[in-house]
Amino acid sequence: MDLLLLFLGAMLVNNFVLTRFLGICPFLGVSKKVETAVGMGMAVTFVMALASVITHLVHKLLLVPAKLEYLYTIAFILVIASLVQLVEMVIQKSSPSLYAALGVFLPLITTNCAVLGVAIINMQEEYTLMESLVHGVGGALGFTIAIVLFAGIRERLDTNINIPEALKGLPIALITAGFMATAFLGFQGLIS
Amino acid sequence: MDITSILYPAAAISGLGLVFGAGLGFAAQKFAVEVDEKVEMILEKLPGANCGGCGYAGCEAFANAVAEGQIEPSCCFVNDAESTKAIGSILGKEVKVLERQRAMVACRGTDENAKEKNLYYGITDCRDAALIPGGGSKSCSYGCLGLGSCVEVCVFGAMSIKDGVAVVDPEKCTACGTCVRTCPKHIIHLIPAKSTYHVNCMSEDKGKDAKSNCKVACIGCGICVRNCEAKAITMKNKVACIDNNICVDCGVCEEKCPTKAITQIKSVG
Repeated sequence: MDLLLLFLGAMLVNNFVLTRFLGICPFLGVSKKVETAVGMGMAVTFVMALASVITHLVHKLLLVPAKLEYLYTIAFILVIASLVQLVEMVIQKSSPSLYAALGVFLPLITTNCAVLGVAIINMQEEYTLMESLVHGVGGALGFTIAIVLFAGIRERLDTNINIPEALKGLPIALITAGFMATAFLGFQGLIS
Repeated sequence: MDITSILYPAAAISGLGLVFGAGLGFAAQKFAVEVDEKVEMILEKLPGANCGGCGYAGCEAFANAVAEGQIEPSCCFVNDAESTKAIGSILGKEVKVLERQRAMVACRGTDENAKEKNLYYGITDCRDAALIPGGGSKSCSYGCLGLGSCVEVCVFGAMSIKDGVAVVDPEKCTACGTCVRTCPKHIIHLIPAKSTYHVNCMSEDKGKDAKSNCKVACIGCGICVRNCEAKAITMKNKVACIDNNICVDCGVCEEKCPTKAITQIKSVG
């Protein structure tokens, strides 16, 4: 039950993009088409799930016993960078078109602060291995939900001509993102 | 200061790096994308615009298909003759080089020439606008909508909208055919780049209606057909059509056309 709450909490209540405001770069960069947004969401989900587990292990089995906790940032980045490389290889092999569509944002998952964020939150909240995994997957699915919803709205905005000239493109997208964040505030009372 | 306080962290991080590096190296072998040497060489000789004119997802996909012999190198219309021959030599076979083509918009219904039937405040994409009732602002239902979907899709920047009608810059046009496929009105054609005369209308309306909709419409009178000495002009669906392979560039059609629907165009190549 606790795990389910943690999962929903990470996905909706503390949504990485819309509540914690982490991972805004791909949220704005890869949200022009629902298709690529889904691809990005999958890639981030994979990286975040694995990153939560591996960073947890690295922290518990290496950094804490060696009293090197202060090295967590560099160690976590190392884990994430390697994982992103792996994901890049897998996607290039399995889906060249998705690989082309994601373009530079694929290697940029490395610097997606949602991924580092999940690892650091796992450490600070002292989650167990299972909790870390659930938190990572939940958070990543939250990211996917946010980016796919946002991409759907942006696709519609693209064909709407009633938008004032000054707001076309990114400005209206940012305003939309703000409204979405406000809407996600509604989940605050979900888990008391 | 104790030297070990530096050594331990350094060893730990390098150890981690080594483990992940080894893991990645293993993965790289497992997930290696086999790249044919020929493919890379062919790819170098392609324009790299990824226009999709060949029907493949991009230049890389086309290079793959060429290397496997599924398609002729000359099917990349964008490439110049020299590069196409170079690809032939990579493959070790003779390739024919096709004649250079260019896109041409068969409509000159500019704001000045064509009558507007309404003020248009709708979708700003031809492909969608053509589907909704009314379909754009011009009275002529065959003409260019002027909303610029072709401009948007042209990766070579050869299309532009001038006075409400799309025009092609023949110097930049590579005949990739993306605009031809995009245009919902099907008024963009590929013609030999060296052609000089072109009928700038696709209206199948009756002469009177066509003329009242647009000053420069082809009214299907057939004067050009009768006057063409080379017999290069035929009537197709009430519209004159010049066969640029037969045309001798005499210019009689332009001279005789009562609505000036036939004009001389800039030839290239």
